[in-house]
Amino acid sequence: MALLRCDGVSVRFGRHDALDAVDLAVAEHETVCVLGPSGSGKSTLLRVVAGLQRADAGRVWLADRDQTGVPAHRRGVGLMFQDHQLFPQRDVGGNVAFGLRMRRTGRTETERTVAELLDLVGLPGAQRRAVDSLSGGEQQRVALARALAPRPRLLMLDEPLGQLDRGLRERLVVELRELFGRLGTTVLAVTHDQGEAFALADRVVVMDRGRIAQSGTPLEVWQRPVSEFVARFLGFDNVVGATVRDGVAETPWGRLPVPPGTRPGACRLLVRPAGVRLTGPREGLECTVAARTFRGDHVALVLRPSDSDAPRLEASCALRDAPGTGERVGAAFEAAEVVVLERDG
Amino acid sequence: MVLARPVGTASEKTTGDTGSTGAAGEAREVGPPRDPRGAALRLALMAVPLAFFGIFFAYPVAAIVTRGLRTDGRWRFGRIPEVVSDPAVVDVLWFTAWQAAASTALTLLIALPGAYVFARFAFPGKGLLRAVVTVPFVLPTVVVGSAFLALLGRGGLLDELWGVRLDTSVWAILLAHVFFNYAVVVRTVGGLWAQLDPRQEEAARMLGASRLSAWRRVTLPALAPAVAAAALMVFLFTFTSFGVVQILGGPHYATLEVAIYRETAQLLDLPTAAVLSLVQFAAVGGVLALHAWTVRRREGALRLVDPARTARRPQGPAQWALLGSVLAVAALLILTPLAVLVERSLNGPDGYGFDSYRALQSAADSGGTFFVAPLEAVGNSLRYAAVATVIALVVGGLAAAALTRRAGRLVRGFDALLMLPLGTSAVTVGFGFLIALDEPPLDLRASWMLVPLAQALVGVPFVVRTMLPVLRAVDHRLREAAAVLGASPLRVWREVDLPLVGRALAVAAGFAFAVSLGEFGATVFISRPDHPTLPVAVARFLGRAGELSYGQAMALSTILMLVCAASLVALERIRTDRSGEF
Repeated sequence: MALLRCDGVSVRFGRHDALDAVDLAVAEHETVCVLGPSGSGKSTLLRVVAGLQRADAGRVWLADRDQTGVPAHRRGVGLMFQDHQLFPQRDVGGNVAFGLRMRRTGRTETERTVAELLDLVGLPGAQRRAVDSLSGGEQQRVALARALAPRPRLLMLDEPLGQLDRGLRERLVVELRELFGRLGTTVLAVTHDQGEAFALADRVVVMDRGRIAQSGTPLEVWQRPVSEFVARFLGFDNVVGATVRDGVAETPWGRLPVPPGTRPGACRLLVRPAGVRLTGPREGLECTVAARTFRGDHVALVLRPSDSDAPRLEASCALRDAPGTGERVGAAFEAAEVVVLERDG
Repeated sequence: MVLARPVGTASEKTTGDTGSTGAAGEAREVGPPRDPRGAALRLALMAVPLAFFGIFFAYPVAAIVTRGLRTDGRWRFGRIPEVVSDPAVVDVLWFTAWQAAASTALTLLIALPGAYVFARFAFPGKGLLRAVVTVPFVLPTVVVGSAFLALLGRGGLLDELWGVRLDTSVWAILLAHVFFNYAVVVRTVGGLWAQLDPRQEEAARMLGASRLSAWRRVTLPALAPAVAAAALMVFLFTFTSFGVVQILGGPHYATLEVAIYRETAQLLDLPTAAVLSLVQFAAVGGVLALHAWTVRRREGALRLVDPARTARRPQGPAQWALLGSVLAVAALLILTPLAVLVERSLNGPDGYGFDSYRALQSAADSGGTFFVAPLEAVGNSLRYAAVATVIALVVGGLAAAALTRRAGRLVRGFDALLMLPLGTSAVTVGFGFLIALDEPPLDLRASWMLVPLAQALVGVPFVVRTMLPVLRAVDHRLREAAAVLGASPLRVWREVDLPLVGRALAVAAGFAFAVSLGEFGATVFISRPDHPTLPVAVARFLGRAGELSYGQAMALSTILMLVCAASLVALERIRTDRSGEF
C-alpha cells in the first residue's frame, strides 16, 4: 500500500510552473529520493506534502486519506529543513522534545524519548547544550532527532546533507540509511547530489522543471537514463545525435554498436565513459587527448576527435594505462555501454 | 561559516539566503505561503487596532473638523482658503516649517558624529551613555521646555553668569529640539551603522579606493536611507512641536500646534483651529509617506552583522579627539540642561534645600492651583501610563503581528496609518475626545479611561515600530518547522514568535510607558482638575508667577525626569539586537 500518493499535483508561482502534474507514490518503509537541479521544484513538492504550500491542482493522499485542507500541524509528517531551522531560543533537548510537547506526551516519556534519540544520532547527553554551540554536523543530527521524535509516519528531508563537508556527508549517508532501515521509517528526501541520492534511496525520482523525468532504482537510473536531461544531470556528456540502421548507429564518431532490438531511425545516443575503450591511434576513432583529470581510482580523459565536426568525447581508464595530454589515441565503443535516449520534450 | 549571523537580523529575511539552491526560482518558493486563511487571520488581527484607531483617533479628529467647518447643517469649505491666506496664519506656517527644517539640519550636524562614535568605537560607559542621551527623547516636552528655561531663560543659569538670555530668541527652541532629538539620529543611524560590515569598506579599499572614497561609495549609500528616515522623523517631531514652543516661544513664536491650542483653548475659534488641524494633517501625511518610502528602501538587501563585532577602541589622536568632542557635546547639550533642572528644583528662596519638594505634598502650598496635593500627580501619572502601556501593547502588538507578513498595498497603508497619531495635533485629538466621546454609547467624558486612551494613541506607533523589525526578522521557516512538528498557528506564535520577540516587547513597553508618562498636548485637555498628571501639573506651575511655583515646577519636572530615566535605564539592559526604528 502506498503511504504517500500525489495525484497530478501542480503549483504555479506567477507564470512559472514549480510543479506540473506530478504523480508520485511512496510505499511504506520505502526510501525515495527526489533528485534534481536547483529550481526543478523538488523542495516545493516536499512543502506541498507537508501542507506548507497549497497545491493549485491535484491531491495528496497520506495512508489513503485526502490531505486537501488538512493544515501542516495535523498531517503527522516530519520535515527536516535544508538549513535545519533549530529553534535558537531552546537548547538541544528543548528542540528535540518540541514535537512531543505539541502532542502532550508525558514528561517522563518525553525525557526518555529525547535521550534515546540523542543516543541514536550520536549525541548522547547533549540535552542542555545551546544550539548555536553546535557544529554543522551536530545541528544536522539534532534536526534529525527532532524530526524523528514524534514518530512521523512519513519523514521528509530537504537537502539533508547539503551544507556538510564531504567526509562527514559520506559517513552520515551510510548512518542514515542504516538508521532508516532499522527504524522502518518511510522517507521522502530531496537532494541535488546524485551520490547522496544513490547511497540513500531504494528508489530515485529525477525531476526536471516541475516534472518527473525518470523514476527507478538507483541502478536502473544510472544504467539506463531515459533522456538527455537525466543523462547530463548524472554527469554523462557523451551524447550525440544518431541514425540507427541494421543494428548500427551512424554518429559523428563513426558507426557505433547499439543494443539489440533498438528501433531504427533518428535518436540520441549516450555512450558511458566506461564504454569508450582506448586503442592504438590507427584503430577506431582517431583522437587527441585534450585533458586528463585525476579522479583517485581512475583518470577521466577528454578526447578531441581528429574530425573537427565530431563532439568531444569523455573516456575513463586506469591510472597506469592513462595517456598524457596531447597524445594521439584511438577510441572504440562497447555496445553494452551505449544507451538509446528518449527525445527530450 | 564566516558570516556568523546573529539571530534575528535582517540578513535572515524570509526570502533571503536559501543556501546552496538559492536560485531565483526556488528562493521564491520558501517565502511565506499566501493562502486565504492567512488573509482572514490577518484581518482578524487588524480588527482591534482598526477599531481602536477608528473610535479614538479618526472619530474625534473628524468630529473636531466637522464642528469647525460645518455650521447650520452646511459645510463651509470657504473657510479653508480664508484662514490659510490670513497673514498671521501664513506667519505661523512659515515659522513652523523653517524652524523644523533648521532644527533637523542642526540635529543632523550635531548628532551624526555621535552616531558614528556610538557605532564604531568601544569605550567604557558606552551603554550608560547611550541610555543617558536617550533620556531627553522620552522626556515630556514640558520638562524639556522647563529645563531650557532654567538654563537660558530669565533668571536662568546663563542669565546669572553672563546676563545672557536666549528664551526670547529662536535659538532656545532650536537647541531644545536638538536636545530632544539627538537620540533619534544616534539610535536610527548609529544602530544601522554598527551593523554594517566594516569588511565591505575593506573590500573597496583592496580594490583601490581611498579611505574617503570607500566610505563615500560603500558606507554612505547603505546609510543614506537611515539618515533620511531619521531626518524625516526629527522633522515630524519638530514640525508638530508643542510643549517646547509653548514654554520657550513666548508670545512671538508659535508652531501650528501651538496656534491650534491657542485658537481652541484660549480664543475658542473652532473653525480656524479646524482648518489649521487639516493643514497640519496634510503636511504630516506627506512627511509620513516620504518616511514610509525611505524605511522600505532601508529594509532592502543589506548584509548586516552583529554590532558587537564592529566596534573597537579608538586608535590614533584623530579618533580620540572625535570621541572626546562627541562626549563633550553630549555633556554640554544633554547633561547641562538636566543638571540645571535639578539644581533649580533644589535652589529655593532660602538657599538650597527640599522646600519645593516639600511644598508639593499639600494642596494648600500650591497656592490654589490644585485641588489636591501636587505630589498626587506622580501617582496619577504612573497609573495612567501603566494602563496606557497595556492598551498600547495590545493594540500595537496585534497590529505588528498583522503586519509581520509582507503583503500588498492595503497593509502598507495600514502601516503608515499607525504612524499618523505621532504627527497629528495632540491638541486636536484631546479636544476631539471631549467633543466626540461625550454621548452614549461612548460617554467617556467623566471616565478616567479617557487619559490612558489618549496616551496609548501616542504609544502605539512606538510599539509597532519596535516590534515590527524583530517580528519580520524571524525566519518564516522556523514557524514552518514548528507547524510540521504539530504546533497549531496560535501555538506557533506562542512557542516561536513570543520567545524571540520577548525582549522587543519589553523595550516597546518601556517606550510606550515613557511617552505616555510625558504626553501633554492631549492630556492637558482631558485630565480632570482633581487628577492632574505630572506634565499638566508642571505646565500649571509654570503658568503661575512666584518663585515657589517655579521651584515646584522644577521639582516636579525633576521627578518626572527621574521616572523616565529609570524606565529607560531598565530598557537599556534589555536592548534587542535590532534597535528598531527609534
